[in-house]
Amino acid sequence: MSDSVASSPFYTEDHDAFREVVRQFAEKEIAPHVHEWDLAGEVPRDLYNKAGAIGFFGDGFDEEFGGHGQRDALMRLVLMQEISRAGSGGVVAALLSNYIGLPPVQKFGSDELKARVLTPCMSGEAIAALAITEPSGGSDVARIRTTARRDGDHYVINGSKTFITSGMRADFFTTAVRTGGEGAAGLSMVVIDGDSPGLDRTPLDKMGWLASDTATLYFDDVRVPVENLLGHEGAGFSMIVNNFNPERIDLAAQSIAFARVCYEEALAWARERETFGKRLADHQVIRHKLVEMDRRINANQAWLELLAWRLNAGDDPVAEICEAKVDATLAFEFCAREAAQILGGASYLRGDTVERLYREVRVQAIGGGSEEIMRDLAGRQIGL
Amino acid sequence: MHVIVCVKQIPDPALPGELDPATNTLKREGKLILDESDGYGVEMALQLVTAAGGGEVSLVSMAPNDEVSGLRTALAMGAAKAVLVSDPALSGADALTTAKVLGAATKKLDDADLILAGTESSDGYTGTVPEQLAEVLGLPSVTFAKTVEVADGALKVDRQTEAGYDEVSCPLPAVVSVTAGVVEPRYPSFKGIMAAKSKPVETVTLGDLGIDAVSWAQQIVSVDDAPEREAGEVIEDDGEAFGKIVEFLDNLKVI
Repeated sequence: MSDSVASSPFYTEDHDAFREVVRQFAEKEIAPHVHEWDLAGEVPRDLYNKAGAIGFFGDGFDEEFGGHGQRDALMRLVLMQEISRAGSGGVVAALLSNYIGLPPVQKFGSDELKARVLTPCMSGEAIAALAITEPSGGSDVARIRTTARRDGDHYVINGSKTFITSGMRADFFTTAVRTGGEGAAGLSMVVIDGDSPGLDRTPLDKMGWLASDTATLYFDDVRVPVENLLGHEGAGFSMIVNNFNPERIDLAAQSIAFARVCYEEALAWARERETFGKRLADHQVIRHKLVEMDRRINANQAWLELLAWRLNAGDDPVAEICEAKVDATLAFEFCAREAAQILGGASYLRGDTVERLYREVRVQAIGGGSEEIMRDLAGRQIGL
Repeated sequence: MHVIVCVKQIPDPALPGELDPATNTLKREGKLILDESDGYGVEMALQLVTAAGGGEVSLVSMAPNDEVSGLRTALAMGAAKAVLVSDPALSGADALTTAKVLGAATKKLDDADLILAGTESSDGYTGTVPEQLAEVLGLPSVTFAKTVEVADGALKVDRQTEAGYDEVSCPLPAVVSVTAGVVEPRYPSFKGIMAAKSKPVETVTLGDLGIDAVSWAQQIVSVDDAPEREAGEVIEDDGEAFGKIVEFLDNLKVI
């Protein structure tokens, strides 16, 4: 990320080497194109192949299916933050839907299913998405209404999902369905192929993340082989809950990287722009804004690195990850606003990096669990 | 097919460089990275080995302090092994000395079918090492290659010129300098990075190469700051400015 990372005790030469690769990848393959892709409403399909070639999708997945053969929360932090330097949450979301769609397949899928799903997703040939949220609710997953009725050696799926990242072109949907009665115990997870008859998709027009295809999905008697069930019937709720933790620290990591992009844009402008006979950076009111941004970024960065280290050590700091997501997105929101104030009119023009990130703040603070849900969950974890 | 690539490890150009006031040469004390211009040679070598249906790419390099960071990058791209010459006696060595040392380093490896190098490094810019290396090894030298093809045991090179390119044929083995930008160097992959850690890098001294002593006549006697750019000419449009602009462009011989 920055000089502060270079002096962090957590990173090894492996992290540094992969950081350099992802940084170059973001600078050359992504940053020059983000506005064009925002206008197009999608990223080019071959970007997934290019990302797959450097091992972009592999953290936490078996080597035999094309993954890294290890889970390293610090490597993941590096990956999230370096790809975010390109300044587009939409591109990050599009590329990284694999990281929310595939972990349940890795943990609970059969080897046959892993070979069919993980292998093409690791190389970028295929895209996976996670389908949990429904039009009737998101975070309250125990009330999911989409049903999976057993019919011989198939499940028959009926219902709808919405706000699904990569929903328009995902090849596999890891989907929460109700196989049993009311409540959490009736939930299961199945993998639904993107080309299944009876599956329809509608694109969603959004405030931000424009380069990411987001969709509402409709399942009308979609038949899914029982082999696509992950784990056993009724195990879905814990899979969903456990899947949220990595997603939340990923979102926090991205948010702090985006906050730093805002800070660096503002800093460069403040050093260059002159008003009333001196640089913007020489006005105390602007200096304070910049220092306040840097302060919040550095504090969050230190916290994220410690959390990643604890995850690697086997700890499961659920409450702190919730808190870190809240603080990271608030810091990002603050930095996007202050950067816009410093950049002035330029930050109001479409195509400007801060303009894009200012809009994308909202989804970082809502997706993967809103601030309100995060605080509530942290409170319960603490035992309030 | 065995291709040896000469690679230089240089201070990160993104960081401010510093000259040693005693020798007027670049300080190389910290981490060194793979010279971007050598990424093209590594990529071309990997492609040639693939096209040949098998073989491997080896690296030779000369750097202070047993530095291998840049070599690890090239190994992560897919090279199989490396020989690094690291010896305090080589601090400030000139291009010809470098060529002699690299030539000796290639002898630590199996015989090469082909030796590739960048046309010039991004820090020293002498642009003479590949040709000198060919002379040291007694091999043909082909410079400024934009494409390299090996067919029927011979080398075919399209050699970039000011006017276009020459089609050059030459027997193997040979030393070829590769023009920057002619191939797209691959990114090292995660697996490549992890695998590179266990690939062999043989670090040797001058003594290991059978070289008793080195000396060079070249000295950098002084270094001056580049002259500041002069302000451009402002032409006020009095209705006839176009004529002055045409004259200006004509003098530059661009129209």
